[in-house]
Amino acid sequence: MEEFTWRVGGPQGGGIETAATLFARAVAKGGWWVATKREYHSNIMGRHSYLDVRLGRKPVGAFRDRVDFLVALDGETLARHLGEVRPGGVLLYDPKVLDLSVHKLPMLDHRVQEALAERFGKGDPSLKEILAAYAEAGVQPLPYPYEEVADRIGAELGVPSLQTRRTLNTIAVAASLHLLGFPLEPLLEALALQFRGKVLELNEKVAQAVYREEVPRLSLSLRLNGYEPGRVYLTGAQAAALGKLAGGLRFQTYYPISPATDESVYLEAHTNFQGADVAVVQTEDEIAAVTMAIGAALTGARAATATSGPGFSLMAEGMGFAGMIEAPLVVTLYQRGGPSTGLPTRTEQGDLLFAIRGGHGEYPRLVLASGDILDAFLDAQKALAWAWRYQTVVVHLLDKFLASMAQSLPKEALTPLPQNGEKRLAPREGFGPYERYAPAEDGISPFIPLGTPGGFYWMTSDEHDLEGHITEDPVLREYQMEKRMEKLRTARREIPLEDQYTLYRDGDVLVLGFGTVKGTLLEALDHLPGVGYLHLKLLWPFPEIGPLLEGKRLVTVEHNYSGQLADLVQQETLKKVHHRVVKYNGRPITLDEAVEALKAVLAGTAPERLVLRKGV
Amino acid sequence: MVELKLQDYKAEKQPDWCPGCGDYGILSALQMALFELKKNPSQTVVFSGIGCSAKTPHYLNVYGVHTLHGRVLPVAQGAKLANPHLTVVAVGGDGDGLGIGAGHFVASGRRNVDMLYILYDNEVYGLTKGQAGPTLGLGEKTKSLPKPNPQGRINPLLLAFAAGYTWIARGYAYDVKGLKELIKEGITHKGLAFLHVLQPCPTYNDLHTKEWFALRLYKLQEEGYDPYVPEGLSPEELDQKMAKFQEKAAEWGERIPTGVFWKAEVPTFEERLKAYLPRYPEVYPALGQKEALDLEGLLKEFAL
Ligand SMILES: Cc1ncc(C[n+]2csc(CCOP(=O)(O)OP(=O)(O)O)c2C)c(N)n1
Ligand code: SF4
Ligand SMILES: [Mg+2]
Repeated sequence: MEEFTWRVGGPQGGGIETAATLFARAVAKGGWWVATKREYHSNIMGRHSYLDVRLGRKPVGAFRDRVDFLVALDGETLARHLGEVRPGGVLLYDPKVLDLSVHKLPMLDHRVQEALAERFGKGDPSLKEILAAYAEAGVQPLPYPYEEVADRIGAELGVPSLQTRRTLNTIAVAASLHLLGFPLEPLLEALALQFRGKVLELNEKVAQAVYREEVPRLSLSLRLNGYEPGRVYLTGAQAAALGKLAGGLRFQTYYPISPATDESVYLEAHTNFQGADVAVVQTEDEIAAVTMAIGAALTGARAATATSGPGFSLMAEGMGFAGMIEAPLVVTLYQRGGPSTGLPTRTEQGDLLFAIRGGHGEYPRLVLASGDILDAFLDAQKALAWAWRYQTVVVHLLDKFLASMAQSLPKEALTPLPQNGEKRLAPREGFGPYERYAPAEDGISPFIPLGTPGGFYWMTSDEHDLEGHITEDPVLREYQMEKRMEKLRTARREIPLEDQYTLYRDGDVLVLGFGTVKGTLLEALDHLPGVGYLHLKLLWPFPEIGPLLEGKRLVTVEHNYSGQLADLVQQETLKKVHHRVVKYNGRPITLDEAVEALKAVLAGTAPERLVLRKGV
Repeated sequence: MVELKLQDYKAEKQPDWCPGCGDYGILSALQMALFELKKNPSQTVVFSGIGCSAKTPHYLNVYGVHTLHGRVLPVAQGAKLANPHLTVVAVGGDGDGLGIGAGHFVASGRRNVDMLYILYDNEVYGLTKGQAGPTLGLGEKTKSLPKPNPQGRINPLLLAFAAGYTWIARGYAYDVKGLKELIKEGITHKGLAFLHVLQPCPTYNDLHTKEWFALRLYKLQEEGYDPYVPEGLSPEELDQKMAKFQEKAAEWGERIPTGVFWKAEVPTFEERLKAYLPRYPEVYPALGQKEALDLEGLLKEFAL
């Protein structure tokens, strides 16, 4: 097989993340490139969650509609994922759940219960009937009593079953790999990455025991793909945190919010590494988070905050303050489904225009979006470099999909970028006020950290003169406004084009995307001759892409309702976007959906607005 | 650095407060305190919120950062934590600190960052023309209010205490000398100091005027009140201290106390940061990245 998707579903808090990581590491140890996506509820324990691990012979950046192998750890997974396994695929399930019926699955949304009732033509279909429907669709159901297996192995090893029952995840992964005819060795190596000491020993024994059992031969199989050392596997939140460290971050503030928190927690946990001394402060709210980071930045410390939609809304005034006093500030925005509390743990790209425009008044800000794990690492560094170069706010857009997605990539790709270009005033002898807002043609006055000897200055959120005193003088107002806004032009001129956008392929049908549609669209190109893809990294100041769009049939693909990128492209280039492909159900666009939508565009059957609706 | 005179701490910029405003007294006291403590203006930052009171930094020759309405405390703490060598004073009005900024006021008490916060309390929103401030009493009607105040009064001292401020004092804007001494003590205190200043606003507050205060104010320390809370007090002794504090902090009417109400030694946030930033404060954020990042080491946990 060239590619393969393994899915594990079960109750949140039951360790299915551990299972997915183990599976991903095991196949990676067997030489496969992997990517993992995570779907979960805003809940601590008990609600349904699932993860897909997709394998490929090339680096993986997209996910499929249909999976090849589904591990259902509970009955709810069986019910929810009906129709999600491709014909010829495998379903591993616990036969004990067959006593249940849809109404006995208390966490199943009514909407799903009703849809199942309608499909089966009765009020309360049983899981036996659902299982039969899998089989009818050509899926091979394999009963696998996880707990019984745990107990049996416990007896065999002379270990209390209470202990082996804690290894259900390992059992499920080992069973999957064993069924697929995948060798045991890589799994043992993966276990060694995951566990230590006695726990490792037990898990190894359990995996070996699973492999000793007879299993049926499947039509599916998974071979080794030639292991190469030097790969790493990490999430978007981890990559962004590492990027911030590589970019010299020294101060980070946050108020807990999904899916942004992971980044700050990572930073807090790694301050013992050389060069990673970041003061991380959990503030009372996002208003404090943004303003405290600004205070730190004024002293010369590279400072940032990370948040998600609701918190970003609260930061709007603080960001304008940074713009006004010309404080370098990075705001890492992990978008999630909005508005309001919205879909706290589901993905969206609905904050694009808010990131660019949000807040009162006008100030120069830069907005960039990351498309994958490597981008997250590199862009976090660029964001810091730009914030300090232009002494203003840089919003780094990610989203929930990327935050919780993990990818394997070559370690050497994760290299620190130079952090230069900052203009700083050389301290002088003597005593007297500095001109903090001294005239500068490029709009950038030399930065003067608080505490610089030889003088002092003032700053105010009011409009101000060169020394930083309040003014309402019309001439000074124009002067300062123009000086600040000039930075946008400077940035657009200075930032290398490859950091603004990438034309991966040209075509008469040209797709435009930003952020996390990148991996999906790049793979989609393989199936779409004649289609081009222009990926935007810099969203503001908006790159000069107009000439590239000349005479093309333009399509945007994005995760929001209205097609915000399409609006932005039209506004900035005066070119009509012919088709807006949008998705806003909180689930990332799959490869299959993207290909299907773009084929419809090619065939001339696509409407102007095409809504993608797949996902569990 | 050259020897500075008192005058050197005064900026060229002239205050635009109303004649007779209590803010003038506070400004003078602050200027004198910085001078007497021989604070280096290049190592001193006065932060402010937004309001009449918040214009203070513009009139001082030290670094001055005039922030947003209600946000002075987080900005000031960010700077102090990033560069612990700075002397940091935050100032703002009652609306700034206890209205829009009340959440920060409380959270800051939990941290105990080493700095002084001066609250100018004129019981009104001066700069927006005299609406009721969060310290104006229930039913009170200042001249610019169309109706008596339907909301109750926050007691800033009790709130500061509940939040964990480690030095709590009250001064009076027209007692410039006394205020100067309090500011000096507050700056010198190790931890977060809170100085509540009664600040007449002749333009909008016709209830609590200079004349009104003159009849009521007295100095706690002249009556033998001891604010110091030594370490190792027994629970009973601590209870007594707290009871005394509460009695004095709540006193408002015929007699109104000024002076230091509470002074305790509690580890600062800077000291607590050491728990996970072992090299802090020797290596502090404003220094930048002093050593190359151990990226190789960090990537180990992600290795395949
Ligand atoms: C977010 C926000 N809301 C409202 C205002 C308008 N505003 C400016 S000053 C002020 C009140 C000032 O009162 P106080 O803090 O007591 O200071 P004073 O003027 O009395 O010294 C208000 C409400 C603002 N600047 N920002
Ligand atoms: S309005 Fe009141 S507080 Fe403001 S400057 Fe005038 S007197 Fe002072
Ligand atoms: Mg006031």
